[in-house]
Amino acid sequence: MHEPPAADGGDGVDGGVIRTRGLTKRYRGGQLAVDGLDLTVPAGSVFGFLGPNGSGKTTTIRMLMGLIEPTSGTARVLGRPMPRSAPTVLPQVGALIEGPALYGFLNGRDNLLRYDAADPTADPRTRAARVAAALDRVGLTAAAGKRAKAYSLGMKQRLGLAAALLRPRRLLVLDEPTNGLDPQGMREIRSLVRELASDGTTVFLSSHLLDEIEQVCTHAAVMARGRLVTQGTVAELAAATRGRLAVTTPDTADAARVLKEHGVADVVVAGDRVTGEPPDGEPAELNAALVAAGVRVRGFGVERASLEDAFVALTGEGFDVAG
Amino acid sequence: MSRAEADAPGAPGAAMAEGAAAHAVTVRAPSPLWTLGLLRNELLTTFRRWRTLALLGVLAAVPVLVGIAVKIETRGGGSAGGDAGAGPAFIAQVTNNGLFLVFTALAATLPFFLPMTVGVVAGDALAGEADAGTLRYLLVAPAGRTRLLCVKYATTMAFCLVATLVVAVTALAVGALLFPVGDLTTISGTRISFGDGLGRALLIALVVAASLIGLAALGLFVSTLTGSGIAAMATTVGLLITVQILDQIPQLHAIRPYFFSHYWLSFADLMRDPVYWPDLLKNLELQALYAAVFGSAAWARFTSKDITT
Repeated sequence: MHEPPAADGGDGVDGGVIRTRGLTKRYRGGQLAVDGLDLTVPAGSVFGFLGPNGSGKTTTIRMLMGLIEPTSGTARVLGRPMPRSAPTVLPQVGALIEGPALYGFLNGRDNLLRYDAADPTADPRTRAARVAAALDRVGLTAAAGKRAKAYSLGMKQRLGLAAALLRPRRLLVLDEPTNGLDPQGMREIRSLVRELASDGTTVFLSSHLLDEIEQVCTHAAVMARGRLVTQGTVAELAAATRGRLAVTTPDTADAARVLKEHGVADVVVAGDRVTGEPPDGEPAELNAALVAAGVRVRGFGVERASLEDAFVALTGEGFDVAG
Repeated sequence: MSRAEADAPGAPGAAMAEGAAAHAVTVRAPSPLWTLGLLRNELLTTFRRWRTLALLGVLAAVPVLVGIAVKIETRGGGSAGGDAGAGPAFIAQVTNNGLFLVFTALAATLPFFLPMTVGVVAGDALAGEADAGTLRYLLVAPAGRTRLLCVKYATTMAFCLVATLVVAVTALAVGALLFPVGDLTTISGTRISFGDGLGRALLIALVVAASLIGLAALGLFVSTLTGSGIAAMATTVGLLITVQILDQIPQLHAIRPYFFSHYWLSFADLMRDPVYWPDLLKNLELQALYAAVFGSAAWARFTSKDITT
């Protein structure tokens, strides 16, 4: 091996299954799609990759898979540099990038046979068995003989997933894997992702469904306008965003006044609820102040921040807003 | 290079059939022969495709039509193409010997029908995959860009050969069915046996197929430039028509010998006795030159291209 050994020894995966340093892509038009990305995906994690549309997620995934040459910076996948090591790295990676792409004139099984034949390290003697197992795993065995043209969006998505599962993988890159699936299909995919993760496969998952990320991911990173805004465990990200104080009371006007006096910001009254951003300190003291002021408190608490709150706080915008 | 953890058990393969599970445990180094799996699959995929079969069907129809037309025209006993020079080469001899239908059919399809089908297959080779998005999945499989390009070019050349043979074999069958066969007269006026004639027909088919190699390379290069299969096909066929027209303009005599189609009809020289080689060889040299130039250009473009579809 002519490449320098990784500092952490072994195959370098301890430093992250995916590790980018200053990864940058400027398209020929001059548009900066990804700007100095430093991303580290720990081994064994289920990593959620978040960002509004146009924030550079797909460009990043394409650079990691060797489809796009970075303008500058480095990307290492499974401890090896991409795109140079693509022939040794990619057989160990299953990918679903920007939705499935199939040969409409071939049936489901033949589509998978073709993708498997494209991998020069896949054993042709076990090909039929591996294709059958992958079809079974995504619940497409019954439709395997049907032309892909006749598949519904959900079935195409399942076939795309099956292609990613043709061989044992160390890393799965799944871009919007539940797109087009019905709620039952989404549940199946989520449980499949958990199952794969428990087998030790690292899963890199991009999704625009935040509750989905929150349900299955251990780690997450947020991108906005080509830059990495934050990365860490999902619990850390949600904790970093302060929850909102919520008071349920019939005396909303008094409550709002008292809360403002005690430093609560962004006080909003809606129906019999008053919410706001609590100041530092013990929330119970606010409750005592409300009671002392004669406000009849029916409910009092700090609502835990969701990943969505964290996301909006970090990117300054909602989802589906081009960055 | 092979890494034990590459096929570590426990990942998705766990629930596989016994043979596959055994594979997951015992690590087997990839065999160099496995790389041919993609070529085999590409050939199967191409020749099972309805579109390919339709193109071959159109090509097969040409000798059938020509044969029937000649038969009807000469029912009264006259000879087809009585005024020499009208119609494709060799058409006047078809009534005397069905084998000439092979040469007639190739002469009739080579200027346009045959190269058009090659333009469709070559132009669509990579652009069609990019269009459908399947290119990105082939590349992350990982097919390897150089390997995929070689597979596509090999398949296009296989199509050139199959398409030419479809015309030749159909023409031979129709010719034998509608007309007498036997010894034949060459362009030089000498008599050769039917067996010798069949050999020359096969040789002519191979030369015609080889004549399409340059266009195939050009089409493949065009295919690397765009993400639209239709655009690549249209451009390649458009180039073919343009070159065919320019090749008719005498004022362009300085550059005409460099048009890929300039020596196409030199295959008729194989029917001389002895064979007249200079133009045949020039044709093959020109095809090799086109293959080298546009093959390299396609490689340079495809291996450095950002795949964004």
